[in-house]
Order: sequence, then structure tokens, then C-alpha cells
Amino acid sequence: MSDILVSEQSAPGTGGSGRPSGRLLEVDDLRVEFRTRDGVAKVINGVTYHVDAGETLAVLGESGSGKSVTAQTIMGILDTPPGFVTGGQVRFHGKDMLRMSNEERRRIRGEGIAMIFQDALSALNPVFTVGFQIAEQFRVRRGMGRADAKKRAIEMLDQVKIPNAKSRFNNYPHQFSGGMRQRAMIAMSLALDPEVLIADEPTTALDVTVQAQIMDLLAELQRERQMGMILITHDLGVVADVADRIAVMYAGRIVEEADVYDLYAKPAHPYTMGLIDSIPRMDEKGQQLRTIKGLPPNLMNIPPGCPFNPRCPMAQPVCREKIPPLLQVGHARASACHFAEELVNRD
Amino acid sequence: MTDNILEVRDLVKHYPVTQGVVFKKTVGQVKAVDGVSFGLRTGETLGVVGESGCGKSTLARVLMNLEKPTAGSVVYKGQDISKLSGGALRRLRRQIQLVMQDPYTSLNPRMTVGDLIGEPFEIHPEVAPKGSRRAKVRELLDLVGLNPEHINRYPHQFSGGQRQRIGIARALALRPEVIVCDEPVSALDVSIQAQVMNLLEQLQGEFGLSYVFIAHDLSVVRHLSDRVAVMYLGKIVEIGTEDEIYERPTHPYTQALLSAVPVPDPTQRHNKTIIRLTGDVPSPISPPSGCRFRTRCWKAQDVCAEQVPLLEIRRGSDHPSACHFAERREIVATHEV
Repeated sequence: MSDILVSEQSAPGTGGSGRPSGRLLEVDDLRVEFRTRDGVAKVINGVTYHVDAGETLAVLGESGSGKSVTAQTIMGILDTPPGFVTGGQVRFHGKDMLRMSNEERRRIRGEGIAMIFQDALSALNPVFTVGFQIAEQFRVRRGMGRADAKKRAIEMLDQVKIPNAKSRFNNYPHQFSGGMRQRAMIAMSLALDPEVLIADEPTTALDVTVQAQIMDLLAELQRERQMGMILITHDLGVVADVADRIAVMYAGRIVEEADVYDLYAKPAHPYTMGLIDSIPRMDEKGQQLRTIKGLPPNLMNIPPGCPFNPRCPMAQPVCREKIPPLLQVGHARASACHFAEELVNRD
Repeated sequence: MTDNILEVRDLVKHYPVTQGVVFKKTVGQVKAVDGVSFGLRTGETLGVVGESGCGKSTLARVLMNLEKPTAGSVVYKGQDISKLSGGALRRLRRQIQLVMQDPYTSLNPRMTVGDLIGEPFEIHPEVAPKGSRRAKVRELLDLVGLNPEHINRYPHQFSGGQRQRIGIARALALRPEVIVCDEPVSALDVSIQAQVMNLLEQLQGEFGLSYVFIAHDLSVVRHLSDRVAVMYLGKIVEIGTEDEIYERPTHPYTQALLSAVPVPDPTQRHNKTIIRLTGDVPSPISPPSGCRFRTRCWKAQDVCAEQVPLLEIRRGSDHPSACHFAERREIVATHEV
């Protein structure tokens, strides 16, 4: 397992440190806000994570935690306005993508970093055949002729295990089932051999049996190609099956980052602990579920101190005053809690 | 059985598939629900699980009498509700209420919470006389864990979990005996989902409610249900107590479904067997002959294509299963906590 990059979660506006580190993809102290009519929502408040070749980083969080916005910023598909990057860096092979020209970023999209989305039906263009949409990339980006592009596209459909790829080539997205569409989107995103794949809730809209098929496929393709994968999800079950490392997000911050085994065995942040306790488990018979009281904060008005303090069962006066930085606790893990040491050292 | 508050017998709901605009002709039937029978006991929670397209939401609509069944009956305390109309139906509606999945679209955005929860009283004035309605609504808000002061707020001022609480308060307003919950927590975040599940359990204890709990999340269903019915393509393939279904499943579909559920424990990663189903669910317009699961089943034999397996107790098992080759197989290693 790789070590963990610990950020200082510095004061707003200081930006990233800018030192190259040889990592594949790094997000460094990223800050994003949404300027809306009603006010400014601080959606991402200093997020730092990285992913290396061949590893799977799961970014876990509930709605509004900023997990998808981080991904959109990496891909350069953040809606601006209302979204504005106010600080930090996103480095791909050490180069800050946020300072690249549109042309340079466009080259990275698809070939360097590709993304798959939750809702394949709306991510695919309904008026073109699935095959055409995959082949288009080979023609535009690789300068292939029609026939060659078609051949490659069929190979891609084959690779994602779509039966009768040849005849499926001419189907429209609506003729595919949900699982098939997700496979087609995976084929499309992998067409240009990206080094990093960002999967934003790839199986949330699917049934469990299909979900299992798709996760298998993703894991297999990732292994074969030694891709770095960022799996964005809210599902603690899926994460436990495939992730190497996990970053837990809350109110636009990483609150805990750890190896998948450590995180489930002994969470080092009360929020992670609450999340793990509040999921019903199929293999456990229990009485009442423990819950996290209250609601996630309004991002236009994040409480002072630790953003989790109003919901935290361990909150002390210091939690209302000081934002806990994401600091290393124990071996190769980090937590943004004033009491992380106690949590890790408990029995 | 006399202690069943709701008795569903051979329920069938087909939707016609038509062709042509002026001269419509029926070219087929979508067999959404195709012969479903079960009883709901007083005070229990019956979980209904299945994947999309298995007919579980259609089942909810028929139970609520929002759709007339094509055949079969839904009997509530001796009355077949699909045959009722007018005043009799309205009186019965008091007793069976629905909580819907999407708290964002099931509440009218132009009505205040007070009006939303109070609306059932307009239709059933006998439950609460006009003067006492506001007080009743406040009581309900308090009951579901919302601040009674927020009675004049609009749905958009609440979060998803709070909106679902409003939906639950509205379903409770008429003091029903049965609540049909159609995916009540699937749109909610994990931390909020647990709050709503606990609320549903607490209300059941308080008012002796019976739930039909429809969901696709097997962990949620196990947590809340006393008995569970597993549906596939319009039919119940296996039904039994929570333990029978989760610890001793006999139908291959149930086994595959259970094995596919990701367990939030990375240490289980390598020592669990996952039964991988291939292919997709067939179309309910022309379901496979015989056993509907046979096209995806690894046990399928000739007999499966010829004979529809009945939902009955099979040898070596303690609960009904609709498989010719029903066999116990442990999938989920359960432990008490």
C-alpha cells in the first residue's frame, strides 16, 4: 500500500504547494465554490488526494459532500458559472491541469483521464448508435478510417463483454438494457487507453446482480490495464469489495483517509464510525440501527470549527473553535479529528 | 388464516400493449404481476424484494387499489377491495396508506407542510373536526421527529430525509392499519436512511401498524422485515421468515441475489462465493415458458421449460419455494450483534 499524502488543510486562498512528486494524478488543496443567487456555497474546502497506476481510490461521501464536484474539476467539466475554482491544483504527471490551455486539457481527457457516469442513458447520445459513438473517438482522436474505427469499436464492445458485439454496434442506446448501457459507456471511456478512470457512482442505478457484473468488469479491466481508478460512491458495501484506499469526504473536506482494511476495522473519524454503524448489514441481525443525528451542514453556512461538530457524539469545545487538519495518525492513515489518536488507540 | 389483515390471492395485473393510433389493437400483454398470493399478518412487516421490472411497484399500486387487478383479489378484513367503489372505497382507503419513494416529487411544492399533512382530513373529516386539525398536524410533525413550528414551511425548505418524514406523517394522519412502503429509503443518504428506518420501526411498535415494505435493497429489507417475499418477473419465487430467506434460501434466484449484495467488510472480500448471473431479465411481455428464471439459472433442466414450478414447501426445506430443484445453500454467514 502506498503511503498517504498528508495535507495541512491550510487557510483558504493559499493554493497548492506546487511541488512535483511523481504521482500519476494528484488533487492538492482544491477549493471550489458555487456562486448562486442565494449566496456562495463552499463546496470544496481544501481537498487533497492522489491516485497511482494500478490502484483504486474510493472517494466515499453522502450527497453534497463534494465528491462529484472534485471529479468534475479534475475532468474540467465543472459548470462555470456557478462553480469557480478558488484555489489548489490538480496535477497530472506533475503538471497542473488547472493552468493548462483548453487545448492541452482536451488532449488529456479521454487519453489521460476518462470518466464514467451514473446514468448511462443520459451520458450517451440518443440519436447516434452506440457503435458510432465509440468509433467516433478513433476517427477524431486517432485519425482512423471508418472501417478501422468500426473494427476497433467492435473490439471494445467485445472487451466489455457485450454479447454479439458486431450486431450490437448498430443499436441505439435505448435498445440496450441498463447494464449493457453501462458496459457501452465503459467501452467508450476506455477506448483511448486512459491512465486514470474516474467512475462516478457507476452502479448506483443498477440492480444488485448487474452491479456485481459491472464491478467485476471494472476490476478486471483495471487490473489488465494497470489503470489508476477513482471510484466515487456512497455505498460502503461496494467500496469494501474493490477499493485499496478510501478517502471519506464530509462538507467539502477529506475527513479520513486510510487503507480499506484499517478503515473498516477501526475508523479514525467519528463520521466514518457513524456511517459504518448506520448501514443495515445483511449478515447481521440487530435491533435498532445506530444513527448519525441531525443533517449535513448547509454549504453556504458551514459551522465554525470542525464541520461535523454539531452531529458528533464526541464533540468538545475545541471542536467548535478549531478546524482539525488532516493529520497522520498511526501507520499510513490520516484523520481530520482532534481526537483521532484516541479513536485509533481505543480497544 | 384469520389473523391476516390483508390477504392477496392469485393477483394478476396485465397491461395491454397496443399498436396503431386510430384502430388500436392489443398485440400483447405486459405481465407485470402474474399470480401472486400472500397474507399480511397484523403487526408484521412483509418485505418484498426483487430487481427492477419484477412487478413490486405494480403490486403496491394494486394493493392500494390505484390500479384494478386483471384477476385475483386483495381482501382486507374480509372485504375484497378491488370490488369496492364510491363511499365504501373511500372509507377503506383510510385503512391502507402509501409512502412513496421519491420525497422530492411526491409532495406538492405549492402547499405548506401543514396543508400537505392536513389534506387527508379534508377527505375524511370524521377523523379530525375542523377546529382541531392544526393541532393534529403539529402532533404528527412531532411524532415523526420534525419541528411543529415548521408547519408553515414549504417542501423545498426541507432536506430529503425530512421530506420523507413529511410523507410518513401524511400516511399516518388517518391512523391507518396497513402502510405500503414503496422504496421509502432508497433515495436517501446512508446516515439519513438509518434515521427513517428507525422511525418506521418505532411507529410500528407505537401504533401496531402492518407494513408491506417494498425495496430492492436486501440489507434494508432484512433489517425491517419479519417475513420476506422474493419476486422475479411478476411471480413470488420464495417466501418465508427473514431467517428462512436469508439463512436457508432454496431458490437459485434468491441465492444469486443474496450472494451479489456487497457486504461492507473488506475482510470478507476473498472468502465469499458470488453466484454470477448471466444475461438480463427477460421481457415481461413474453416471459419464458415454465419457470421464468430458467433462462438465467445454472440448474435448469428440461422440466423447467415445461412445468411452472409451484410455490410450495419442498423436501428438505421449511418454507415455500418455486423451484423444481430447490435446495438449501448457505450464502450469508449471519451473526448476532
